[in-house]
Amino acid sequence: MVMKNKSVKIAVLSGKGGTGKTLVSVNLAAVAGASVYIDCDVEEPNGHLFFKPETVCEEDVTVKMPVVNESLCSGCRKCVDFCKFNALAFIKNKPYVFEEVCHCCGGCMLFCPEKAISEKEKPIGKVQKGVSCNVTVNTGIMNTGEASGIPIIKKLLNESVTDEDIPVLIDCPPGSACIVMESIKEVDYCVLVAEPTIFGVHNLNMVYDLVRLFGKPHGVVLNKCLDGENPAEKFCMEKNIPILGRIPFDTELGTLNSDAKIAARESEKFRVLFSSLLETVMKEVRHETTVNPQR
Amino acid sequence: MKQLLILSGKGGTGKTTIASAFIRLSDAKAYADCDVDAPNLHLVMAQNAEPERTDYYGMPKAEIDLDKCVECGLCKENCRFNAISDENGFTVDPFACEGCGVCEAVCPAGAVSLKPAVAGELMLYAVDSNAFSTAQLKMGSGTSGMLVTEVKKQMKAAATSDTELAIIDGSPGIGCPVIASLSSVDMVLIVAEPSISGISDLERIIKTAETFRTRVGVCINKYDTNPSNTEKIEEFCRTKGLPFTGRIPFDHEAVKSINNGLTIVDVDCPSGRAVRGVFEKTTNMLFI
Amino acid sequence: MKIAIPVDEQNLESGVCPSFGRAPYFLFYNTVTKESYYLDNSAVASQGGAGIRAAQVIADHGVNALLTPRCGENAEEVLRKSEVLIYKSIPGTAQQNIDAFAAEQLVLLSDFHPGFHGHEK
Repeated sequence: MVMKNKSVKIAVLSGKGGTGKTLVSVNLAAVAGASVYIDCDVEEPNGHLFFKPETVCEEDVTVKMPVVNESLCSGCRKCVDFCKFNALAFIKNKPYVFEEVCHCCGGCMLFCPEKAISEKEKPIGKVQKGVSCNVTVNTGIMNTGEASGIPIIKKLLNESVTDEDIPVLIDCPPGSACIVMESIKEVDYCVLVAEPTIFGVHNLNMVYDLVRLFGKPHGVVLNKCLDGENPAEKFCMEKNIPILGRIPFDTELGTLNSDAKIAARESEKFRVLFSSLLETVMKEVRHETTVNPQR
Repeated sequence: MKQLLILSGKGGTGKTTIASAFIRLSDAKAYADCDVDAPNLHLVMAQNAEPERTDYYGMPKAEIDLDKCVECGLCKENCRFNAISDENGFTVDPFACEGCGVCEAVCPAGAVSLKPAVAGELMLYAVDSNAFSTAQLKMGSGTSGMLVTEVKKQMKAAATSDTELAIIDGSPGIGCPVIASLSSVDMVLIVAEPSISGISDLERIIKTAETFRTRVGVCINKYDTNPSNTEKIEEFCRTKGLPFTGRIPFDHEAVKSINNGLTIVDVDCPSGRAVRGVFEKTTNMLFI
Repeated sequence: MKIAIPVDEQNLESGVCPSFGRAPYFLFYNTVTKESYYLDNSAVASQGGAGIRAAQVIADHGVNALLTPRCGENAEEVLRKSEVLIYKSIPGTAQQNIDAFAAEQLVLLSDFHPGFHGHEK
C-alpha cells in the first residue's frame, strides 16, 4: 500500500483563459500559514510576477534528442523507416535528424542494428524555485518555439513534492488538453474558476468533464460576479456542483491584480475573503478524502 | 484572400469578442476558430445552426491484446511517455500514448498494435453562404497543431474564390496550436490586456509571432482598467516599431451582448464604438 | 534530366498541386527520354513531418529538379542537401510546366515557409 503524502494538493483550473486561476491560486497560497505554489502554465507563467520570489534557483529542463554517429552508420535506413513522426531523413546515405519534429520516443536509437544513434540533452525550458514569505514558489517556463510543455510540468511536479501538512496550490494552464491533464493527475482536489459569461460556461463544462473523467473531487469558485443572472451559477445548480465561494466583480481587485499585487497581502478586505475561501476549500478537501479515500 | 489572425498570449483578453466584431464589420465571408481546445466563436456566430461534422484522427494509439500478452514488461520498460501500466494486466493509457510505435516493435509476442484514434471533430458551418470553420479537440488529446491546420484548410476549401478577407480567432498561449495558426497568415493582430501578466505574455507572443516574419499589430482591450500599464504597452510598441491599432475600454455592455449571442457592434456600446477604430486601422495595414 | 512535380491527377494535363508535402501524387518525368511515371504520395497520411517525408521520396528517386508552387523549410533542407534543385512552378498543367522548364523559363524558388508543426501536443 502506498502511503499517502500529508500535503493537500489542490489544482486550480478553468477551461477558459482569464477567468482568475492565477488570482485564486496565488491568493489562496498567500493566506495559508505555509504553502507551496506551483505554476504549471508553462507557456505563459504569471504567478512569479505576483510573488516576486527571492533566492530563486533555476534548473534546465531537457529532452533527449537522437544524435547519429555517421562513422558507425551502415545506411540500412531502419531508423528513417521506423520514425512515425518523419523526423529522420536519409540524405546522401546518412540519417539526418529534424529536432523540431522529433518526439523523443527513443525508437530510432533502440532499433539501430549498428548502435549508431545515441542521445543528447536538448533544453526546452526551465523550472525555478524561490520563496515569498510563507509561500514556496515553483515556476515552470517553456522556451518560445517549443511545442510541448509536458516534460516541464513533469519535472516541476516531481521537484516540488513536500510531505508537510500544508496546501499545495497548482495553477493550471487554460483548456483541457493533455497539458492540463498532466497538471491534475496527482491532485487531491480541483477548484474550477468560472466567470459569468457564455464563453466561460462553455469552457467550464469541458473542465468539469475532465475532472470527472479523472475522478477528482471538485468545486467551483464564481469570479467577477455581477448582479443579474449568472450563467455559471446556473450551470453549477443544474449539475449539483458545490459552489465554494463567490468573488464579486470589484474594480479595486481588478486594479491590484493588473498591477501584479497580491490582493490578500494588500488589503484586509481581500485577506478575509480569500482566508474564508481557503477554509471552505480545505474543509471540502478533507471531507472528500475521508468520504472517498483515493488510491 | 487575405488572412487576419487574432492572438493574445494571455487568455481572456478578448480575442473572440474582437474577432466576432471584426467579422460583423467586414461582413467577412470566411472565418475560423483555431482555439480547438476551447472554441467559443460559434457561440456568437452560429448559435442554432447545425454544422457539417467530420471526425478528426490524431496519432494512432497503442492497444495491447491481453490474450497474446506474455507479460514480459518490455513495452512498459521502453515507453518514454509512461503510457503503459501493469496494474491490471498490461494496458495503455490513451491520454499519455503518443503513437510512437516503440511498444509495438519491441513486443516479442505481437500483442501490441497501433490503432487509429479519433482525437476530435471538425465542424463547418455554411451560415448565409459564409464559410465558418471550427473544431473541438477531444479532451486530453494531443495533435492540436495538426487540427488547427485542418481547420484552416477546411475554411480555405469552403471559401468562395471572391472572398477577400478571412478572420481567424486564435488560441491563447504560445505553443503548438498558436504556431500552427501562424502559418501563411498575412497579418497578426495581438490583443493585449493592461496588466503585468498581460504585458509579460504580450512579449512572449510577439517573440513567437516574429519567427514567422508576418506583420504584427497590437491593440489594447479594457485599457481603462489600468491606464499606466496601457501607457507602458504603447511605449513598448513605439520602441519596438510595432504598429498600434487602438484601444478599447472595459465595458459591462460587452459582457451582456456576448451573453445574448450578439457581437459588440450589434448593439450600441462604448466597446463597440471603439472597436470600429481598431478595425479600420488594422484593415488598413492589411490591405496596403 | 529527371524532374518531379506534385500533381492532383495521374496525367500530364493535371494541375500542379498547391501543396508539396500533401500532394496526392508525384509525377516523375525524364526530359531526355520523355518517359514518365506516377507515385502515390505516402506522406499524405502523415500526422506531421509530411514535407520531410515527401522530400525523402523525391531524393530517393534520383530527381534533379523539383517544380513546385511552394515548399517548407524542412523539405527544402532535405532537397538541398540531396542536391535537388527547387523551381517555382507556374500556374497551369504539368505539361505546361515541363515545357516551361525545358525552355528555361522557370525561376528557382526562394521563399520557404516554416513547418506547419502539425504534430503531437
